[in-house]
Amino acid sequence: MNSLRTVLARVVLDNPTMLASGMMGETGASLTKVAAAGAGAVVTKSVGIEPRTGYINPTLFETDGYYVNAMGLPNPGMDAYAEEMKLARASKVPIFASVFAASIKDFISVSSKMEEYGANAIELNLSCPHAKGYGMEMGIDPDIVHDIVKEVKGSVKIPVFAKLTPNTHRLVEVGLAVEKAGGDGIVAINTVKAIAISVEFRRPVLSNIYGGLSGPAVKPIGLRSVYDLYGKVSIPIIGVGGIDDWRDAMEYIMAGARAVQVGSAIGRKGLGVFEDVKTGMRDYMEANGVKSISDLVGVANERK
Amino acid sequence: MNGNEVVRITEVVREGKGVTTLRFELDRTVRPGQFFMVWVPGVDEVPMSASYNGKVKGITVKDIGEATGALCSLNVGDLIGVRGPYGKGFAQPHGVYLVVGGGTGIAAVMPAIEMAKDRSIVDVAFGARSGSEIIFEERARRSSDNVMISTDDGSHGYHGTVVAMVDEMLAKRSYSQIIACGPERMLYYLLQVCKKHGVECQMSLERFMKCGSGLCGSCVIDGRRVCADGPIFLGREIDEMDEFGRSKRDETGRIIKL
Repeated sequence: MNSLRTVLARVVLDNPTMLASGMMGETGASLTKVAAAGAGAVVTKSVGIEPRTGYINPTLFETDGYYVNAMGLPNPGMDAYAEEMKLARASKVPIFASVFAASIKDFISVSSKMEEYGANAIELNLSCPHAKGYGMEMGIDPDIVHDIVKEVKGSVKIPVFAKLTPNTHRLVEVGLAVEKAGGDGIVAINTVKAIAISVEFRRPVLSNIYGGLSGPAVKPIGLRSVYDLYGKVSIPIIGVGGIDDWRDAMEYIMAGARAVQVGSAIGRKGLGVFEDVKTGMRDYMEANGVKSISDLVGVANERK
Repeated sequence: MNGNEVVRITEVVREGKGVTTLRFELDRTVRPGQFFMVWVPGVDEVPMSASYNGKVKGITVKDIGEATGALCSLNVGDLIGVRGPYGKGFAQPHGVYLVVGGGTGIAAVMPAIEMAKDRSIVDVAFGARSGSEIIFEERARRSSDNVMISTDDGSHGYHGTVVAMVDEMLAKRSYSQIIACGPERMLYYLLQVCKKHGVECQMSLERFMKCGSGLCGSCVIDGRRVCADGPIFLGREIDEMDEFGRSKRDETGRIIKL
């Protein structure tokens, strides 16, 4: 029996590692490469109604311990993305389509298109921390989140996940709103709103000024978010934020995540990170007599 | 450590028509073929191959747009932001190898000439449209016994394309490998010539790049990230790419036919 098999709503993953949205998800061919590298599922780059160029560079600030990025939701638009989905579907792993929009109507349009293209689930981007009129601007309001999830759920047959922002004290309320609206799962967390300043130039580095903090520095915030949500909602949680190795991933599982997404580590460690996480998890489970990864989900919550 | 740093320009050299080299100190190891993301505040941040990879690093910029224009107008003492180096570099070939540079692609291959242990194991072929666009000829001659130049208009050296000249060079001497950087059209035909002569090559590719750090996927060609999996790819890898020589992607990720 495959000890890493994971079920998210009705979506079956061979293992609990996933590619996080925004990483290499722009083209079908790159999603296929990530799947071949061992990811249990992949998430597309966030796709919207129209093509978007994103922000001018600098869009990334890098240090050894973290990144701050503001790409600006570049994407070819939902019509052009048909071609990418066609290629990505050859990869044989479930595809989560990340969707961003400025209105419920647009959320429905893009989600329906992505379902039509063969996506196995929708991941609503309710959490991008830096794009005006999108993402977190809606995702911090439980009522708006409720309405978006409910309407999208009513329009597609595939499971709908909501990716949430940690940039709010109402995270648990927002999570409960997702559940109440019939959402199939929660992805936590998106990046933490941040800026980077250049001392020499005496100005912000990113062209958009604001960006999202990711990488190892955000892991404790992600863990806290998953831990808090696990105690309150019963729908599956996918943990994301600063996962660099199997131990990080296991921390998320124990905090309450059923699966984990890997983003920044792909730049830091390359695509080998998926196999490394899987191998480390398997070794741990074997050494500790754990038969299924699902037996470890949320165990840290039991010891208070 | 690849993170953002700000460096002071210590030297500015006008290399040729619209081409400028900026030198700066940066205490990081840079392999031939790797690149930096170079930031001009208020303008843009763009990928630039290292044209010098010793203690004093360098980039060589052709003024073709806003960011490159801003870089070319900088003076000694000015500051620029750099991060990197990123990407895989050129691997040192075993035995005698040929380095091919087209236009400003010459800048990116220059350190690959200088990595040769002695002058006899590396030959050089530089090409450009006209003699005024040939850069680093003297510098190449300091590291190689055999530097050949081609120009499309015949104003300097061999009259014709660098690919035609390399075709003739490959017939005369056998090389373990070719190292190349230049416009994709040149690389496309060079790959055919390499295949014809049965020589493996390492080529530096280019695509619209955003993060430079292997994350965002903007620069992918056939699913491979130019910034992290490249920019150097082997000829046999490139030969299997559907997009090489045929299409690229714009800032939104839409496909543009070449």
